[in-house]
Amino acid sequence: MHQGPDEKTLLQDVLEPGEPPVLAPGHTFGTITDKITSIVLRRPLGLGWTGAAFIGFVLINGLLMAVTWLFLRGVGIWGINVPVAWGFAIINFVWWVGIGHAGTLISAILLLLKQTWRNSINRFAEAMTLFAVACAGMFPLLHVGRPWLAYWLFPYPNSMGVWPQFRSPLVWDVFAVSTYATVSLVFWFVGLIPDIASLRDRAVNPYARTIYGLLAMGWRGSARHWKRYQSVYLLLAGLATPLVLSVHTVVSFDFAVAQLPGWHTTIFPPYFVAGAIYSGFAMVLVLAIPIRHFYGVEDMITARHLENAAKIMLATGLIVAYGYFMEIFMAFYGTNIYERSIVHTRWFGPYAPGYWSLIALNIVIPQVLWIPKVRKSTFWQFIISMDVLIGMWLERFVIVVTSLHRDFLPSSWGMYTPTRWDWMTYLGTLGFFLFAMVLFIRVLPMITIFEIKALLPESEVEPAEVEA
Amino acid sequence: MKQTPTSPIYGLMAEFDNPTALMHAAEAAYAAGYRQMDAYSPYPIEELAEVIGFPKTRVPLIVLIGGLMGGASAFSLCYWCSAISYPVVVAGRPFNSWPAFIVPTFELTILFASLAGVFGMLALNGLPLPYHPVFNVDRFSAVTRDKFFLCLEAADPMFDRTESEKFLAAQHPDFITEVPH
Repeated sequence: MHQGPDEKTLLQDVLEPGEPPVLAPGHTFGTITDKITSIVLRRPLGLGWTGAAFIGFVLINGLLMAVTWLFLRGVGIWGINVPVAWGFAIINFVWWVGIGHAGTLISAILLLLKQTWRNSINRFAEAMTLFAVACAGMFPLLHVGRPWLAYWLFPYPNSMGVWPQFRSPLVWDVFAVSTYATVSLVFWFVGLIPDIASLRDRAVNPYARTIYGLLAMGWRGSARHWKRYQSVYLLLAGLATPLVLSVHTVVSFDFAVAQLPGWHTTIFPPYFVAGAIYSGFAMVLVLAIPIRHFYGVEDMITARHLENAAKIMLATGLIVAYGYFMEIFMAFYGTNIYERSIVHTRWFGPYAPGYWSLIALNIVIPQVLWIPKVRKSTFWQFIISMDVLIGMWLERFVIVVTSLHRDFLPSSWGMYTPTRWDWMTYLGTLGFFLFAMVLFIRVLPMITIFEIKALLPESEVEPAEVEA
Repeated sequence: MKQTPTSPIYGLMAEFDNPTALMHAAEAAYAAGYRQMDAYSPYPIEELAEVIGFPKTRVPLIVLIGGLMGGASAFSLCYWCSAISYPVVVAGRPFNSWPAFIVPTFELTILFASLAGVFGMLALNGLPLPYHPVFNVDRFSAVTRDKFFLCLEAADPMFDRTESEKFLAAQHPDFITEVPH
């Protein structure tokens, strides 16, 4: 019988003395299932959930109004104009796509690296990815001007006799983001199948049982099924790993392939990917801290998870800092006066407050995470995560706006100010994200039941008895 | 449903409360000559499929084929559109500017491989399948919670209503039951 060392290390959890465990002691297969499924099946809605859903719903209605007005009047209602034609739409697109990265990183890369602590946060991190990518996708679609013709982005045989320009990073983006959204969705759904079967078998309400029964597709936990399931799950993780790195790389090509000073640099792909993971983990913490508190799952999402996420934030934050530093260094090391001028504009130009705030929010303040006391405190983790989310948004603002508003010719310089429609659209996507997350928590298991079971000591087959 | 009228039942099912007991029983059943059987567990147990005689899966091959097809079709699409159907000189680059086609090629490789893997896994598993005889056993709903099951199927030539039950009883299960069709 095959008992490779790989499977063993996957299940083992080596703890340093004093380190909080991945799963609090005292759980059995049954209590794990009951605890996670009861959040969906038994728990009443509660005031907190209703309040959050209401806020999300109100903001979504704002989004609908903003989009309706946009459809009627065109993109002129936004603050964009030549020279800054990108504005909020692209800033928010990059910000949301970046946030999505943490979900796939947790579910795919940490799975391949055999980080058992990923098991309890991967499900809602993947859900977060899906909703963030959905929010991201809205912006370029609305920004194309005539969104009802957005399908022209795809290569399909048409009566105009033309094809997309495959040498353009903007077309690459269509492929990268749509692939990312699709693969994230199937990865998430495959992970859900056995857990939906758990819900099906626990549900009392006949409608709930029917719906979960249909979604579970008749999953019955057969050993042959599990074997194929595990195989495809690992392969999907392997496929999603280069994919997640490629997505923000392609997003950075939108900038780096252009000639504009401040954009045309080779550091962009790695620095964008690190920034994406940075903001993604910040969002994971912003969601995990209230969820574990309000739903009482501190025994499954433990202090260990939060601290590890904080450590990843610290590490990726330093990569981002290196990226900022390299941009400045190359500007002065090279001989390109336009490059130097854009750095100067960022430091002292009209958008300098944004630049210095982002340096403070993204680089200076998060360094307090080096102090163990701060890193282990959920209060500070939450504050620092919010700080990073705002900082990373400002980073995208500075990248998009400063390079565009002052390019080579002073005669074509201009300023950019977002309008209330820009803000309404942005807040609307935040509302959509919030609403989708709270809805997800109520209808699907937010923690992966079957993977948590595999963390229990009794999940292992005792070799002595097997050979008997 | 198509059913074989030769046997009035689908099989016999034994319930265990831990993975070691299930593994032990599955091994014993395979050693006794049973082949038409299946083991059910709430989470994947790596060695279980091998013990019941299912060592290899074709899922990786399907993923490979899907990936190759995705890559080939994406590159062909880029090449055909840019060099044959609608050749336009852009930035002085050749019509077949293949480095620029790498990105869509890569993305569609991943996309096709992933979709092939997921749909291949579902197809090989015979899912979606809302009805299955094992669901007729009431206690079987615990398979998604904390119980482990071994089902000896009546289609197996070794299967005998009395002998197989004796065999299962010797594995010390918590419970033995018939699985009706």
